[in-house]
Amino acid sequence: MERSSSSLWRKIRARYNLVGNVCENCSTAYFPPRIVCRKCGRKSKMEEKRFNGDGEIFSFTKIRVPPDTFKDEAPYFIGIIKLKEGPMVEGHIIDNGVEPEIGGKVRAQFRKMYVEGDEGLIYYHYKFEPL
Amino acid sequence: MRDVAIVGVGLTRFGERWNSGLKELMAEAGLAALEDASVSSRDVEMLYGGTMASGKFVGQEHTAALMADQLGFSNIPAVRIENACASGGSALRQGYIAVASGIHDVVVVGGVEKMTDVTASEATTALGGAGDQEWELFQGITFPGLYALIAKRHMFEYGTTEEQMASVAVKNHENACKNQFAQFRKSLTVDEVMRSKVVSDPLKLLDCSPISDGAAAVVLAPLETAKKYNDTPIKIMASAQASDTLRLADREKLTELKATKLAAQNAYKQAKVTAKDIDVVEVHDCFTIAEILAMEDLGIYQKGKAAKAIADGETALNGKVSVNTSGGLKGCGHPVGATGVKQAAEIVWQLRGEAKDRQVKDAEIGMTHNVGGSGATAVVHIYKRAD
Repeated sequence: MERSSSSLWRKIRARYNLVGNVCENCSTAYFPPRIVCRKCGRKSKMEEKRFNGDGEIFSFTKIRVPPDTFKDEAPYFIGIIKLKEGPMVEGHIIDNGVEPEIGGKVRAQFRKMYVEGDEGLIYYHYKFEPL
Repeated sequence: MRDVAIVGVGLTRFGERWNSGLKELMAEAGLAALEDASVSSRDVEMLYGGTMASGKFVGQEHTAALMADQLGFSNIPAVRIENACASGGSALRQGYIAVASGIHDVVVVGGVEKMTDVTASEATTALGGAGDQEWELFQGITFPGLYALIAKRHMFEYGTTEEQMASVAVKNHENACKNQFAQFRKSLTVDEVMRSKVVSDPLKLLDCSPISDGAAAVVLAPLETAKKYNDTPIKIMASAQASDTLRLADREKLTELKATKLAAQNAYKQAKVTAKDIDVVEVHDCFTIAEILAMEDLGIYQKGKAAKAIADGETALNGKVSVNTSGGLKGCGHPVGATGVKQAAEIVWQLRGEAKDRQVKDAEIGMTHNVGGSGATAVVHIYKRAD
């Protein structure tokens, strides 16, 4: 599915730099950032937080039947990463030759995710690299 | 609050229905339900229609008014309910509320999806809308991918095996063979499932429910006047629903669907029954791992115990509890908007004793469980005979 450039632009801060937020009322950290804290509701007080990107693999899979937009990337690893600083994050696990395993250590990296055709937009995103 | 009964049910055959569009499917199921309830089109006061992604599949929105239009329900209020794959179950709950409240007497609940007019990858994208667009779909995470992440963790925590998951598909195909409405009337072996193409490990093609066309409809009426329409009305003992985070990684636990647990607990309380009282249940097996989760989260088995029980045959037809006698989403097919309504139709047939070759002996209490997305919506209904 093609996306508008404005819809990409809005999320750049979070997607490029792993910027989420933390509720100062209850100290719960969130990535991706939330407008309202799930625990505090209207009492939430959200402050921006950049995560350092260290974490471990909580679960993972290798996607072999991709959506159209990712047909040139398949197969690729997707994981749920438990960040050291709290939140669980879904993302690509970079295939660097280290076979992913539950509990394996990873670190977030800034990477190209895919290119929309020959003249389309280039999408960048965080991805997790096994250490 | 009034008691509510189902007085008529109707279904189309599920599968690749090349000769039928959205309208034909709606009309086929709707007319069958009206016939079953002996009500005329003019008796119907309100319609709720469950459809998930008709806009993406066939370019048609506004499907509830269309359904009312096609069935000759002149000018009645009609509301479309979209709750991803739980659209049908959610529509049923809205119909129940409309009758229970006393606002309407005869209400039709329909569900429909026409999915095979698009390519498989377009269908995958349409269904992906049930997850978090910005943080899941955007990264190329598919629905099989989300359930694969759940399955992998379930295997890690509870020792669940791929063969045990495969046994869910084998059981549901066995049941589907006995259902004239089912998409796959063909039995499978564990070995065939294991050897099918890997979609997103550990899930293989035959762990996944198919892309299907189909529609289902039920007619609801107040229990006190239900005999006017049908000799064996089926009482809805409970109607419960819960939601959860759309994004899988936000969940408290990856190996359970909390929305299912909450809806089930609420439903058992309303119906004053426990999981042990359920004789027959239609659960949401969009993937084989999903049936394992359902059996645990509905409280029928303890967490981590369902996979072995299913592989041992405890949930086969006329086992300890009969699960997905219709063939489930896996065997009967999964036209997403229709599924939740089809589940109710199957339970009605079971409780009336009209399920023919797949009849559960002495079925008294039945249940349906319909899930949206990777668990952001769950709807549970409990039923019994009221004659």
